[in-house]
Amino acid sequence: MTSETQQKLEKMALKVREHIVRLSTDGGCFTGASLSCADLLVYLYSEFLNVRPDNLTDPNRDYLFLSKGHDVPALYGTFVELGFIDKARLDQHLSTDDHIYWHPNRNVPGVEFHSGSLGHLPSVALGVAMDCRMRGQDNKVIVITGDGELNEGTVWESLLVASAHKVNNLTLVVDRNHFQANVATEDLIPLEPMAPKFEAFGCEVRRIDGHDFAQLEDAFAALPFSATKPSVIICDTVRGRGLPSIEARADRWFCNFSADEVEELLRELHSQVATTLTSETLTVR
Amino acid sequence: MTYEELIKETALADERIVVMTAENRALIRNLPAVLGPRFIDTGITEQTLIGAAAGLALRGRVPVVHALATFLTLRAFEFIRTDVGIGKLPVKLSGFVPGFLSDGNGPTHQAIEDVSLMRGIPGMTVFAPADEADMVAMLPAVWASPAPAYLRVNTRPGTYEHAPFEIGKAEIVAEGTDITILTYGMLFEQTLVARELLQAQGKSVGLINLRSLKPIDEAALLDVVRRGSLIVTVEDHFITGGLYSILAEILLRNQLTARVLPLALEERWYRPGRLSAVLEYEGFTGHHIARRITEYLGESGAAIAEGPAVLENEFAE
Repeated sequence: MTSETQQKLEKMALKVREHIVRLSTDGGCFTGASLSCADLLVYLYSEFLNVRPDNLTDPNRDYLFLSKGHDVPALYGTFVELGFIDKARLDQHLSTDDHIYWHPNRNVPGVEFHSGSLGHLPSVALGVAMDCRMRGQDNKVIVITGDGELNEGTVWESLLVASAHKVNNLTLVVDRNHFQANVATEDLIPLEPMAPKFEAFGCEVRRIDGHDFAQLEDAFAALPFSATKPSVIICDTVRGRGLPSIEARADRWFCNFSADEVEELLRELHSQVATTLTSETLTVR
Repeated sequence: MTYEELIKETALADERIVVMTAENRALIRNLPAVLGPRFIDTGITEQTLIGAAAGLALRGRVPVVHALATFLTLRAFEFIRTDVGIGKLPVKLSGFVPGFLSDGNGPTHQAIEDVSLMRGIPGMTVFAPADEADMVAMLPAVWASPAPAYLRVNTRPGTYEHAPFEIGKAEIVAEGTDITILTYGMLFEQTLVARELLQAQGKSVGLINLRSLKPIDEAALLDVVRRGSLIVTVEDHFITGGLYSILAEILLRNQLTARVLPLALEERWYRPGRLSAVLEYEGFTGHHIARRITEYLGESGAAIAEGPAVLENEFAE
């Protein structure tokens, strides 16, 4: 990756994180889980996927399914930066005048399918990948899950089926931020060793640092990893990445900051110096 | 024409049709060879089956999916509601051995809340054919509709000559002034018998085969209500959420009352056995239905003649 591209992506990711922080007030959003996959989404939409505002209904476009739908602020932030939607729509967060709420939906251009209930989109993406293959198209079909989402049996069920049907145009990406809603994954339902689990389900797996654009590029450029197997990319990430004051904290999944805190956090994003948060930590579900 | 012949003909003429199954091939055994990649068996994975069907529908396909009615509507319920329902996708669900047709399987396999569950999903349509001919007559319209649909598969042979099918229209078999029987699905053949037995007792008995449970033929039901006869709902379904509930909702919405006798399963699963034994035990043979109606009217059922024997069901996979 050229340093020019690297700088462009870093700059865009910072902008996306600003959007996420600005959405984390006045009702709040899933801040921590959004920050962990911001770099991944920025990389995919600006460098890898053949999806643009002008080809959203083209059957030859690439597909990205966000199965961990609660990180939608990162998706919408990316959409704003790439011109899929107008920034003004984010100001409608949680307003019934628009459809900008805590989970993605198809009223927002670029969203391929709604999500929110975990463990659904691996199978939906499988159906799409099967159809692309049936029609002899080589579009890429990517589905992003959380790591806590791997608790859901349907993730594994769909991989079993994808692997049986040799659906090698399907790629499952795990945002491995090491937390589920309120608890570290390894303290509740341990997921490690993770790669061998996917291998045992018939997938070809790579594990990378999900915040390193060069590693993201290397991994995605190598797709499909196999002529006969679905691919899996495990992205090791940090929940709350970019905000030292909430990074890797179990209690900062859903955040609803005060307006003053948002301003402090925006400064923190740029300075990387932790601020002191006083707002109540929230336990959702 | 059989179900399999119809789906084969439809799929060969329309490349949008994809036939899917969670390893339930009883109705579609010969299709893999004919449809090639448009036949997809996901194995025993009802949830993945529905999710993948939603994905295929997003790409413009019309998936016709097959699984046992109970696992389809219960195991995969949230996928149907969330992926197919919220997505408003034209996924066509074929539920095998619904209601009493699961005869000897036992309660794990009894789909007797399927109508209730499926009709509760916004945009979902629900159909229950009286026999194979009724089913084959309704499916072209059901599959051609842009709406998601749930079908109570019924491959039993019938002798009744059905009227042409229209979505949302009931089949008025007979009008009566004393009693009107409302039914759907496999119990239609028993209600035909029950009607004959009651007519022989001097009763004027109407009979309606609902066919389309959602949308329902509200006009036909209101017509019956206004005629003032005893209404009997006959269904192989829990009493909650099925035809009796549908009728009650219509009555209340129209601020009407009626004298209604529900024949349904109340607060329990049915006793498993051969189909004929189940119908006998549960009181749903034509003879039992006629007797139960007569007794409800305060008369003796002793004079009701025996009805014909119930044909045995085919083997259910």
